[in-house]
Amino acid sequence: MNPRILSATVTRILRQLRHDRRTVALLVAVPTVLLTLVYYMYADQPTAPGQPSAFDRIALVMLGFFPFIIMFLVTSIAMLRERTTGTLERLLTTPLAKTDLLFGYGIAFGLAGAVQAAIASAAAYWVFGLETAGSSALVIMIAALNAVLAVALGLLCSAFARTEFQAVQFMPVVVAPQLLLCGLFVPRDEMAGWLQAISDVLPLSYAVEALQEVGAHAEPTGTMWRDTAIVAAAAVVALVLAAATLRRRSG
Amino acid sequence: MVDAIAVRGLVVDRGGRRVLHDIDATVPRGSVTGLLGPSGSGKTTLMRAVVGVQVVAAGTVTVLGAPAGSPLLRHRVGYLTQAPSVYPDLTVRENARYFAALHGRGRAEADRAVADVGLATAAGQLVGTLSGGQRSRASLACALVGEPELIVLDEPTVGQDPVLRAELWARFHELAATGTTLLVSSHVMDEAARCDRLLLIRQGRLIADDTPEAIRAAAGVDDLDEAFLRLIRAGQPDDQTGEA
Repeated sequence: MNPRILSATVTRILRQLRHDRRTVALLVAVPTVLLTLVYYMYADQPTAPGQPSAFDRIALVMLGFFPFIIMFLVTSIAMLRERTTGTLERLLTTPLAKTDLLFGYGIAFGLAGAVQAAIASAAAYWVFGLETAGSSALVIMIAALNAVLAVALGLLCSAFARTEFQAVQFMPVVVAPQLLLCGLFVPRDEMAGWLQAISDVLPLSYAVEALQEVGAHAEPTGTMWRDTAIVAAAAVVALVLAAATLRRRSG
Repeated sequence: MVDAIAVRGLVVDRGGRRVLHDIDATVPRGSVTGLLGPSGSGKTTLMRAVVGVQVVAAGTVTVLGAPAGSPLLRHRVGYLTQAPSVYPDLTVRENARYFAALHGRGRAEADRAVADVGLATAAGQLVGTLSGGQRSRASLACALVGEPELIVLDEPTVGQDPVLRAELWARFHELAATGTTLLVSSHVMDEAARCDRLLLIRQGRLIADDTPEAIRAAAGVDDLDEAFLRLIRAGQPDDQTGEA
């Protein structure tokens, strides 16, 4: 990796995003709109004493989930466009290293995900009165890490898609099982053993657990740090695998 | 003097078909070499082999003294793909600056490359809003911006008006005069006359590798188009194996 090329690549990706004003508006607004729906869905639901309210429980996980699903889709399409328009082939004839490109995407969309998470969190805490025992900064940090994980998975999956239609199909394949099994709908320890086993190898499960730790404890817990490290490691593994799928020579 | 490009016994298969058959060719340094041939003759495949992005079945491609695709060559070779490969959601200037940065060049070089392809007035426009011809010139600017020693251009003048085409060819010769080597593909024969040397390729086989004058003299006609026709007829009998 070369710092000059990496930073030029991050800047280039962010400039592309900036020129696409509608996408920026959607990135900023959609999570807040969806949080509004969740807020009113659960507004009249009773809360068991000593338990977090349904909104607090769900909104906290949603804050981590928005950057995950959105950055996964954005990255899959962005990388597919690099492949189909020939810019990828051209980039690979320049001094750019594969990791410059992949980490460039990870950093650029990771930043975009962090901004998105910060705005959604501001709405959740200030407008809808979300309460967490731990710091909101930790929530944003975990959400940003989720964005990086999603970018890494998106880069990897885009290698297996030849068309936009195929790329979009990877969303339900990669994202939906992680959402279903992450412990939001049914606590992980109440699931059947085989479902738990699947949940245990899905990185989003750890991100959700880390968020729940922040929700329940005033200080960062060891479990939270361990889970955060697992999510970060999963992102690095996906980026390395994505690098392995990028070939300078093709047939 | 070592040749800029030396191709020896190059064989390429794509999609189960042989696209290049045992190509031997050289491109001298500091010249403009035209790669001529009909659509589907293997021009792009040969260029991809030269820039090192093509998987080859046999043979060697040596570029500036190193095997094609060597990491060290990435600073020294510029490549223009046939379809404009620039970012449509960036301006012309932003595209040029990005490719300049990849080659360790700055804003001044980027602005010059944009001016060199006649896009100075459109520098602030998004590439996606440009005409086809302008878009391919934006792509060309990104191939020139690193000031590479070898520039491989796949049909750089398609869709350009005649005045601009003449200006671009003048720029190519200026670059060659300073020692840069250019390999330029085209399927327009009137561009062949503008080259120092010509490689004529048909159905994946090289059928001429000479100066335009020598090719005219060998065929006994003044018109290069006619000369190529005669070379083709004098060459192999019909052979339908190659297409790419």
